[in-house]
Amino acid sequence: MVGIALAVNQIKDMFAVVMLAGIYGLVSASFFVAMDAVDVAFTEASVGAGISTLLMLTTVAMTGRTEHEASHKPLLALFVVTVTGGLLIYGTFDMPYFGSADAPVHNHVAPRYIYDSIKEIGVPNMVTSVLASYRGFDTFGEVTVIFTAGIGVLALLSVVRLPKTDAAVEAINNSMHEKHLVLRVVIKTMIPFILLYAFYVQFHGDYGPGGGFQAGVIFAAAIIMYALLFGLSAARRVITQPVVQLLSAIGVLVYGSVGIVSMLNGGSFLDYSVLSADPIAGQHLGILLIELGVGLTVASVMIIIFFSFSARSEYQQAKKGESL
Amino acid sequence: MEFILSLLSGFFLLFGSFLCLSGGVGILRFPDFYTRMHAAGVTDTLAAAMILIGLMLQNPETLVIIKLMFILLMTLFISPAASHALGQAAVLNNLPPLVDLNIKDLDNSTASGDKPSKS
Repeated sequence: MVGIALAVNQIKDMFAVVMLAGIYGLVSASFFVAMDAVDVAFTEASVGAGISTLLMLTTVAMTGRTEHEASHKPLLALFVVTVTGGLLIYGTFDMPYFGSADAPVHNHVAPRYIYDSIKEIGVPNMVTSVLASYRGFDTFGEVTVIFTAGIGVLALLSVVRLPKTDAAVEAINNSMHEKHLVLRVVIKTMIPFILLYAFYVQFHGDYGPGGGFQAGVIFAAAIIMYALLFGLSAARRVITQPVVQLLSAIGVLVYGSVGIVSMLNGGSFLDYSVLSADPIAGQHLGILLIELGVGLTVASVMIIIFFSFSARSEYQQAKKGESL
Repeated sequence: MEFILSLLSGFFLLFGSFLCLSGGVGILRFPDFYTRMHAAGVTDTLAAAMILIGLMLQNPETLVIIKLMFILLMTLFISPAASHALGQAAVLNNLPPLVDLNIKDLDNSTASGDKPSKS
């Protein structure tokens, strides 16, 4: 993996760099599988090797294939980074060794999660119980970060669509039906199954690897595939921009509301035990609702980011076609 | 019966691994894009299918066999479509093959055509 990272740094051809980044994502995912962390491997494979590669390819299609030569040697920056990194590494010398048996995290936190998770939460998948219940506040922060990324992309990349360029692009898409017939037929058969699989992963997160993040990415991947093959305008008719923006906000809202309802019921923020008469049922209900919020936000934000990027790219191409 | 099943499963797994290896060697050593694409397609579809069938014959529980069957079905659908997408992209962008086969869509008159085929 270090070799791939060094190669990404040195190679100037952006297309090769994007492919190498995808390979890095896949190698990380297999590394996580080798370490028995299947949930993380699942998320890394779908996000790092799937969506990231796709978004970076869209960006490369817009910007250009080779990297410009660096105009100056950043020696001062290298020096500062080395000093800071050295200080940080020196600061970790006091911590216990990685995986040593008498580290506090192995004596207090991990045994509590491993032994008490079934009694307190009742969900077979321990990763979901840690992510959604014990560390629910951190996951709330993650969902808000994803939502903020979506807002950032919208703020920077919103393009006012002229109806003339829209009609021109749609004409190109319809004329391509013959050329892309095989792919269109196969993908049309596959999309319902992919969406169904996304729902399966979403609701099965309690019992096996899965959960909201992976499910959101898989759902977005199905929509993105449709947009790639049938044209952005066709996809925008299915998933309209106001709806998807609303859905991304509703996901975060659902997550926060579960916390507020817990407070109204007498517990602390995001304490699911007070959500119903039986604490275990309350935990299940809380986890279900917040995973739903996470899935909604992740799927909508991924779709927003892809639509913004490729709308920009189409706009650039349409303008180039007009000015020729 | 158990012995025959495990023998068959071992045969399928070995064959799938050999196809993976030969696909890898082919990607590195074949002279032309289209032949390399064929090697990649063999790895994607046939090697994966052989390995999946070998895993199914290891005699696990019914639910696992059904899940593996679904994965096999998906692979048989999606991998050939992916190989087709690769080949289609190459032909539409006028990549000339090593042997001149007079392909219908391939426009051999332009030197390095780059049609903006954005869909």
